[in-house]
Amino acid sequence: MALSVPAIMRTTAARLSALYLLLFALCAVLLVLYMTSLSARMLTAQTQETINDEVLGLARAYQRGGLPVLVRVVEQRSRQPGANLYLIADANGQILTGNVQSLEPGVIEAEGWTTEPFSYRRFGEGELERQRNPVSDPNEPAQNEVQAEGEKGHNAIALVLRLPNQMIMLVGRDLGEPERFRAVIRRALMLALGMMGVGGLLIWFFVGRAALKRIDSVSEASRRIMGGDLSGRLPVTGAGDEFDRLSENLNSMLARIATLNEGLKQVSDNIAHDLKTPLTRLRNRAEATLSGKHNTSDYRQALEGTIAESDQLIKTFNAILMISRLEAGYSSESTTRVDLAAAVHDVVELYEPVAEEAGVTLETSVQGAFAVNGNRELIGQALSNIVDNAIKYSTDSTSRPTVRVTLERIDGEIRLAVSDNGQGIPDDVDRARVTERFVRLEKSRSQPGSGLGLSLAKAIMTFHNGRLALLPGNPGLSVVMSFPGREDR
Amino acid sequence: MHMPATQSSSEIAYNGSMKILVIEDDREAADYLQKAFAEAGHTAHVAGDGETGFALADSGDYDVMVVDRMMPRRDGLSVIAGLRSRGNTTPVLILSALGEVDDRVTGLRAGGDDYLTKPYAFSELLARVEVLNRRASAREAETVYRVGDLELDRLSHSVRRAGREMTLQPREFRLLEYLMRHAGQVVTRTMLLENVWDYHFDPQTNVIDVHISRLRGKIEKGFDKPILHTVRGAGYMLKSG
Repeated sequence: MALSVPAIMRTTAARLSALYLLLFALCAVLLVLYMTSLSARMLTAQTQETINDEVLGLARAYQRGGLPVLVRVVEQRSRQPGANLYLIADANGQILTGNVQSLEPGVIEAEGWTTEPFSYRRFGEGELERQRNPVSDPNEPAQNEVQAEGEKGHNAIALVLRLPNQMIMLVGRDLGEPERFRAVIRRALMLALGMMGVGGLLIWFFVGRAALKRIDSVSEASRRIMGGDLSGRLPVTGAGDEFDRLSENLNSMLARIATLNEGLKQVSDNIAHDLKTPLTRLRNRAEATLSGKHNTSDYRQALEGTIAESDQLIKTFNAILMISRLEAGYSSESTTRVDLAAAVHDVVELYEPVAEEAGVTLETSVQGAFAVNGNRELIGQALSNIVDNAIKYSTDSTSRPTVRVTLERIDGEIRLAVSDNGQGIPDDVDRARVTERFVRLEKSRSQPGSGLGLSLAKAIMTFHNGRLALLPGNPGLSVVMSFPGREDR
Repeated sequence: MHMPATQSSSEIAYNGSMKILVIEDDREAADYLQKAFAEAGHTAHVAGDGETGFALADSGDYDVMVVDRMMPRRDGLSVIAGLRSRGNTTPVLILSALGEVDDRVTGLRAGGDDYLTKPYAFSELLARVEVLNRRASAREAETVYRVGDLELDRLSHSVRRAGREMTLQPREFRLLEYLMRHAGQVVTRTMLLENVWDYHFDPQTNVIDVHISRLRGKIEKGFDKPILHTVRGAGYMLKSG
């Protein structure tokens, strides 16, 4: 995977990494600043304490023996290894004794703590020439230990005091050590920061790129699917991670889309088949009426036939639409508790005169009250389609034509069965096929109807989480609508 | 399409001419409706979109409105809801290509009084519009309906013709009650199925016809004058003489 720099920056992983790196660097810089300033403050405080102790000791020496003792003590201390800075000068600032050769001008003018670190020079450092200050002892070995660091001298802080005889005393301490310490801390922190940055980049490079690769394979696969291959699926590695879950969900979504697509295709096939035929008939009738010699009543008849045919077409069309919507998982807001016993009563009452006219006995057997969650309209429509069919097909019964509607609870299911004692469905026909759209058995071609009644009933049952089954009666056919029987769904 | 100006309209006794507002964005359908309403003896005004329709309905005094659901600028339901919130109670029939149960429910909830799914027969639309006509709906409050010598008492649930008591099944009573409430108006099979049985689907067999012929057998048997008429291509009408 060769990515140019802008392309890398277009990936989420890189953007996130950059953002994190920035925040991390900011935090690290703040940390370094805080640590160094804290250590600097601590070291300064320590230095001042040391100087205070020194001054206290010198003050005691002065009290004991006056200036001569003080000078002696100062000279003695000046010679010690790693000594502090000592200086005694007269009222004019002329250096009398101590281990400081020169100072930044103005340092000893102000009494008290020096506000800023100042630079100074000890005796004998940097240059080897023994330029003597008149006050200092030419044989002092103290200069030997003075480190020859830097040509510009060192930085120090000091306490400047004025003795009772107007002479000036300075006690100070070199800042070299704390500064070195601070530099070490800063270097260590910078190094750690750099290493962490490099580590972050490496982790991003390996982890981020691995994630990118998976995402790329997913988008590659989805491009293929968008290209028209609806049977294609996204790769699932089996690791069970987020990517796998994403792919699995997208795959289920694709499967659902494929099913819907298939349904759509079937609907359009059916529309083509079952609407084209009557449309052709319609057109032919109109053409035939126009071409021949006819009187007004012929035209009227033709037009009335046209209207009847159109109405049938509309009915068929509505049924197809409804089946598709139900099968596509049409979600209804108007779902309520439906009393099935009442639904049976309503439909039976609606069809009773029709049955009587056809010479069919319509019997009802309702055992108890049953309520399901559903849509009264839809259940009524399914049941009336089934009852309608049963009445039509029971007329060829060998005995007294009877249609029996039974509502009962069996094995935790609520079963609504419509049984007739007609000829039933021939054994050589796949019973399940009858509920497919537009399937009409040969002998029923003469009966009116769109051939969608049972398909619609089946779709309605699916919508109600139920089933529609066609069972052989003895004789005849039994159409069973099974609703899930649990009281609270 | 079946034009109403032929024999069916000549049989209908109107409660006078109605002023109808048609809000429909399909120009051809609107023109057709305007022409067909005119031939049926009514005056129809057409608005081509929701905003115009709302303005017309708000200012004009219409007896019935026919409102298409999906329109540019403002959809039908919003027009109806807007009018209702302004206190306009003109009966509204919603025309829609959406015919599912839920769509009808939302349509009626928005303030529509009736719902008809496209495509429809004009005879069906005309019958429904005439039943909706607000000047004809005064019968709701009456307790006794009389058509010729036929009398229906809504409180005691009794039916008499020329003083002779007749026994009707509960559903037959409701069927006759509906027909008598709209006496002199065409009542279609779908209207009967919706109002008497509360079903909004088309049964495969024409069950209503059988119920009507039963009812007819009861209220016309032994009388020489027919009272329950069949209006060809449209439905039924209860009318004396």
